[in-house]
Amino acid sequence: MAIFLTENSRVLVQGMTGSEGMKHTERMLRSGTKIVGGVNPRKAGTTVGFDGIEVPVFGSVSSAVDATGADVSVVFVPARFTKDAVYEAIDAKMPLVVVITEGVAVHDSASWFQFAQNAGTTRIIGPNCPGLISPGKSNVGIIPADIAGAGPIGLVSKSGTLTYQMMYELRDIGFSSGVGIGGDPVIGTTHIDALAAFEADPETKAVVMIGEIGGDAEERAAAYIKEHVTKPVVGYVAGFTAPEGKTMGHAGAIVSGSAGTAQAKKEALEAAGVRVGRTPSETAQLMREVIQGL
Amino acid sequence: MDLFEYQARDLFAAHGVPVLDAIVASTPEEAGAAAEKIGGAVVVVKAQVKTGGRGKAGGVKLARSPQEAADHAANMLGMVINGHTVRQVMVTQGADIAEEYYFGVLLDRSNRTFLAMASREGGMEIEQLAVERPEALARIPVDALDGIDAAKAAEIVTAARFPEDVAEGVSAVISQLWDVFVAEDATLVEVNPLVKTGDGAILALDGKVTLDDNASFRHAGHAELVDHSATDPLEILARERHLNYVKLDGTVGIIGNGAGLVMSTLDVVAYAGEQFGGVHPANFLDIGGGASAEVMANGLAIILSDPQVKSVFVNVFGGITACDAVANGIVQAFALLAERGEEITHPLVVRLDGNNAELGRQILRDAALPLLEQADTMDGAARRAAELAAREA
Repeated sequence: MAIFLTENSRVLVQGMTGSEGMKHTERMLRSGTKIVGGVNPRKAGTTVGFDGIEVPVFGSVSSAVDATGADVSVVFVPARFTKDAVYEAIDAKMPLVVVITEGVAVHDSASWFQFAQNAGTTRIIGPNCPGLISPGKSNVGIIPADIAGAGPIGLVSKSGTLTYQMMYELRDIGFSSGVGIGGDPVIGTTHIDALAAFEADPETKAVVMIGEIGGDAEERAAAYIKEHVTKPVVGYVAGFTAPEGKTMGHAGAIVSGSAGTAQAKKEALEAAGVRVGRTPSETAQLMREVIQGL
Repeated sequence: MDLFEYQARDLFAAHGVPVLDAIVASTPEEAGAAAEKIGGAVVVVKAQVKTGGRGKAGGVKLARSPQEAADHAANMLGMVINGHTVRQVMVTQGADIAEEYYFGVLLDRSNRTFLAMASREGGMEIEQLAVERPEALARIPVDALDGIDAAKAAEIVTAARFPEDVAEGVSAVISQLWDVFVAEDATLVEVNPLVKTGDGAILALDGKVTLDDNASFRHAGHAELVDHSATDPLEILARERHLNYVKLDGTVGIIGNGAGLVMSTLDVVAYAGEQFGGVHPANFLDIGGGASAEVMANGLAIILSDPQVKSVFVNVFGGITACDAVANGIVQAFALLAERGEEITHPLVVRLDGNNAELGRQILRDAALPLLEQADTMDGAARRAAELAAREA
């Protein structure tokens, strides 16, 4: 088991024929992901070759689903076209849509999130995220597959590079799944969603959650952990030194007044029994102790 | 991007929201001429700063003559309010205020939707009202797809218990403000106060608007609203070079890849810096994926031109980016900077991990660059960079 993504996941790439889409489709295929097709209305009916594997291109998400049984879609289309792409995937009742694109307007993500809620058939991850990986099974997005193998740790993170750093630090133990949920103000899958899935996943023995400044997702996750999570959780929060009112790279990473500070998030997590590291390495060390104590 | 009041007023006017006539002035003479042109018994001179509390700070004054308006402007221009320097004033008509209300609509991150807030007790700081008398502030979730139509506006007016006689007028203005929110891709549209005048008209007397920078692709006009005067000169230079840079006030320059890792690097440096008398990071700089020689050179140049910087920490985790490419980028950046006459004058600590890290480290060892040393771990590198900065200070 793993969460959201398994060895049986059949993956469609929206924006496969663009340069980012081509590069990452090749990498996903190399790491064993079952890529069943791409979408591009202007190239429908053609195929694209990757190291001898011919991947068919479809004119629409729904025709691709009909032909291939795709149950995951990964979106690499440019920000200005992302809303249409995600709407199309929701219309096709795609169970999981992973939006890698960064720079998406928040009115777009807020409307597709509501649209997906109304439809009730689609989980969205992202936007502005690295995707997710269930090592040895499937890899959807841009997370390097060779950092760490399979193991008992579940990881959920707002940040791509901190995901890589943490997987690297704990590569000798390994991961059930690593989920990059993205650093935007409106995201489809939250820390809580991932924590709930890890709690239910028998393969996951402990969870590391990585947060950063902005919003109150970490505080909410802390409250959720206290009530619903029995597995040990270790946390890390980035952005203690971020000044108020300045966006630190991610659109959502901003302290507004007293809201969204790293200190408040750390305190909320600790109050919920989560051990929080001061650095990524210290956090990895805490997780190591947790795993050894199991 | 937060807007000035006058910019918010202009957007409101463009979408049919009732506002008063107003003219922006950057000198006392312009303010006097603006008062003359606007006319009437009284005008109001308002300092243009992107912060609250300007009334208390003396940034809003009535003037009964053009000379008085000019005098007020002379006092306000250059005034610093909560760290914001006043560079412009807005001269506007005096209003005959009978009642003051509040209305705002904003992105509600927690619930991943929009939120309308309204109160019949406007004029005061809304954060204060929310804390002291939360029952006086109605909060109504707004569905991102349905938006605020006439029925929703009526619901908001009822929830906030607006007086019967203004219900229709306030509803109409709420609908117009929703138009501003959607059409301009705002994450905040706030009117405080929304007023009823002596003759019963509804007016947006002050406005706060935040626009979504990610939506600029569909708003060519938004580029003109950017205020360069308040931005740090290094941040402007960085923006011109397409670098994601934020100036801070410490002494360790930071370059890294990925927003989260760079944010974390700042923290780790500040944490390590505690051992060296409180050494802090000098900046946030995310060079993203790739890290070509040019990007590395531009980043190093910006950081080294900050006179406060005493050491530099380059922290790269190679995910997709290969560390040998980053190492080559650093070596070539040294050469590029030497060519430009921008010699590297402070020690650099480099930590490379991940994809092709050993290759990258070997390239740096072979290059034997002066002032550059490597560290095996992020924490170790942060400690070393902080120590070097403390030693040079």
